[in-house]
Amino acid sequence: MNWTHKDLLDIESLSIEEIQHIFHTSSRFIEINSRSIKKVPILKGKSVVLFFAEPSTRTKTSFDMAAKRLSADSFSLATSGSSLKKGESLKDTVLTLQAMKPDVIVMRHNLSGSAGFISKHLKCSVINAGDGWHAHPTQALLDGLTLNQVWHSNFTGKNLLLLGDIAHSRVARSDIKLFTRLGCNVRICAPRTLQPSGVDTWPVKVYNNLIDACKGVDAVISLRLQLERQKAGLLPDIREYASRYCLSRHHLCNAGPDVRVMHPGPINRGIEISSELADSKDSLILDQVESGVAVRMALLFLYCTGNKNEQEIQED
Amino acid sequence: MATLKITNVFLNDQSGTLIIKDNTIDSFVQGRMSLDSSDNTFDGKGCTIMPGLIDVHVHLREPGFEYKEDINSGLGAAAGGGFSRVMAMANTAPVNDNSAVTKLMLEKNQVHHPYGPYVHPVGALTRNLQGKELAPLAELKDAGCKAFSNDGLPVQDNELFRRAMEYASDLDMLVIDHCEDSYLAADGVMNEGRLSGYLGLKGIPTTAESMQAARDILLAAYLDTPVHLAHISCEESVELIAWAREKSIPVTAETCPHYLVWDEEAVQGYNTLAKVNPPLRTKKDVLALRHAVKSGVISIIATDHAPHADFEKEVPFAQAPNGISGLDTALSICLQLVRDGVINLSDLCGLMSHNPAQLFGFPVNRFSKGDPADFILVDMEKKWKVTSESMLSKSKNTPCLGQTLQGRVMANYIGGQKVLSRLDHS
Repeated sequence: MNWTHKDLLDIESLSIEEIQHIFHTSSRFIEINSRSIKKVPILKGKSVVLFFAEPSTRTKTSFDMAAKRLSADSFSLATSGSSLKKGESLKDTVLTLQAMKPDVIVMRHNLSGSAGFISKHLKCSVINAGDGWHAHPTQALLDGLTLNQVWHSNFTGKNLLLLGDIAHSRVARSDIKLFTRLGCNVRICAPRTLQPSGVDTWPVKVYNNLIDACKGVDAVISLRLQLERQKAGLLPDIREYASRYCLSRHHLCNAGPDVRVMHPGPINRGIEISSELADSKDSLILDQVESGVAVRMALLFLYCTGNKNEQEIQED
Repeated sequence: MATLKITNVFLNDQSGTLIIKDNTIDSFVQGRMSLDSSDNTFDGKGCTIMPGLIDVHVHLREPGFEYKEDINSGLGAAAGGGFSRVMAMANTAPVNDNSAVTKLMLEKNQVHHPYGPYVHPVGALTRNLQGKELAPLAELKDAGCKAFSNDGLPVQDNELFRRAMEYASDLDMLVIDHCEDSYLAADGVMNEGRLSGYLGLKGIPTTAESMQAARDILLAAYLDTPVHLAHISCEESVELIAWAREKSIPVTAETCPHYLVWDEEAVQGYNTLAKVNPPLRTKKDVLALRHAVKSGVISIIATDHAPHADFEKEVPFAQAPNGISGLDTALSICLQLVRDGVINLSDLCGLMSHNPAQLFGFPVNRFSKGDPADFILVDMEKKWKVTSESMLSKSKNTPCLGQTLQGRVMANYIGGQKVLSRLDHS
């Protein structure tokens, strides 16, 4: 498949065929990542800027490792070490970066729409590594790849529950778009204060009782709760939140027989998911991390090389 | 006695000549009239004649933010948009909470636009707009302020707002309130609803406006003291105002052209040019506001002209300042309402000239003998593209940038003096 997109800003812009192509390409990189020598030269000479204007451990490391395994040169930039700290505008910062001729800028930013904003000003590709509450397409794709492997590419009719702070979650927004597109029945479960405005127009079934929400589910993705939500008046306290919404084994008693649990991390154990469940055989949390490197390798490959085909992966 | 004749113009669908004597309206003579060579004439070239527009809500940014707009450029844009008077809000730097700032604004007006358009400063209601203690309202009135308002930083303290209304009424001055509950609106950047949820942006609920509107209405009733509600944006507020007017509570209200033509969809794609406070609402709200201006519940259309430099709007949506530059385009946008049959041209003259003049004590031009010769010539068919070049405001932050509008101010007369002409008489 020729890759014609300049940027990856959100899930909406990808067709089902393109999503499946990303899964397929990623699976080839999973194989490479299982080798003893995990480096291939297919992006030698390419430059990837990792511009993380918001703190990140796993996404940034995942992209960095993905770039290095493909032999691309990766450069990291954070707000604290950039001229943004001196008051430079985001536009001026990225235009400066562009003048250094990178092939891809991977950006995380705390403001919704910021990846789309910089893409309008840049000729190089932009991959959105999370913008505000808006989108986190690479997380959705790695979640999708993880379940693609477990469910053998059959998403149709599967019941997927997203649990927790949906309103402020870019992961939830991107996951909902991805999994509904793939054919899943998506549910969300959250207190009303953590449900997004206009949720009644979303293609999801809304619950506020976790026991009910888990009936018949095939997978649950528990989401990170920012502890500041309590100070913002959205929750009485974290203990009460945990008592109602911390996913544990007993919630899954009426779930599907092969139910799996996931979490994008970092986890607040005992608040979003019980420690026992996070570490259980049903947990795919570390599989998600593994999928993340492969998905990001696939995306860097597609966005750096455009119309190169899979044959070249094999040849490399 | 100096006489000026504006020939070949339409007034109330009648073609004729407008005669101005000694800087006031003398008469309108229907049909062709013979002119002698000594007459001072101006060919109106088939334009429609309307009273000079009065904008009760603008931000001219001087002093303090002259890179966005200054009094010279702002009044230039006002002239180009057909305005003879504008009322400038107090959020300058320093804030217009003392007579020195008020006088500076008036002096700049005199230097740059001695024949108009005229700026009428709106003094701060509280010192430094902080909502904690009253500004020296009598001093501000004496210096030339026309009303008082905290506008973008509305007073949340109900007791202080009550006292401000009472004190202002002693001075026979009106308080203008930007209705917003700052707790409900905190950190919001667009209308709260389906689209804010979709875009992942913090929303501002309509109740942030309507609850404060309710407060103001109840205080106006309790004190039997008038209050004017600024830039109303939603259906709930309209319903409250309608109720208040039925009860003869002394409340008046304005809305803006952008709330009458655009809804929240304009912010799709994180379009910062459509970021304004209060935010653009839903189609339902647009329809309610159209009905409100048609029925007279809302009696004034103001621009809330809020110029910002391009680099300030070229940022991620949440970081962008609120505001639409409105003076250049307001009339053209509102003429669409006339073409759509929402209101007629007479209604529009009321909303943008007669009603604001009456409310704030300016002379009213109904083209009767002795009325002020503040009028504009409008080519109703003229299509013009909104561009950086065609806008006279320093700032070009409007959602209709690049669009073609119909209806153009071709000349602007204030006190019988021509302050702008786009008519080619060569």
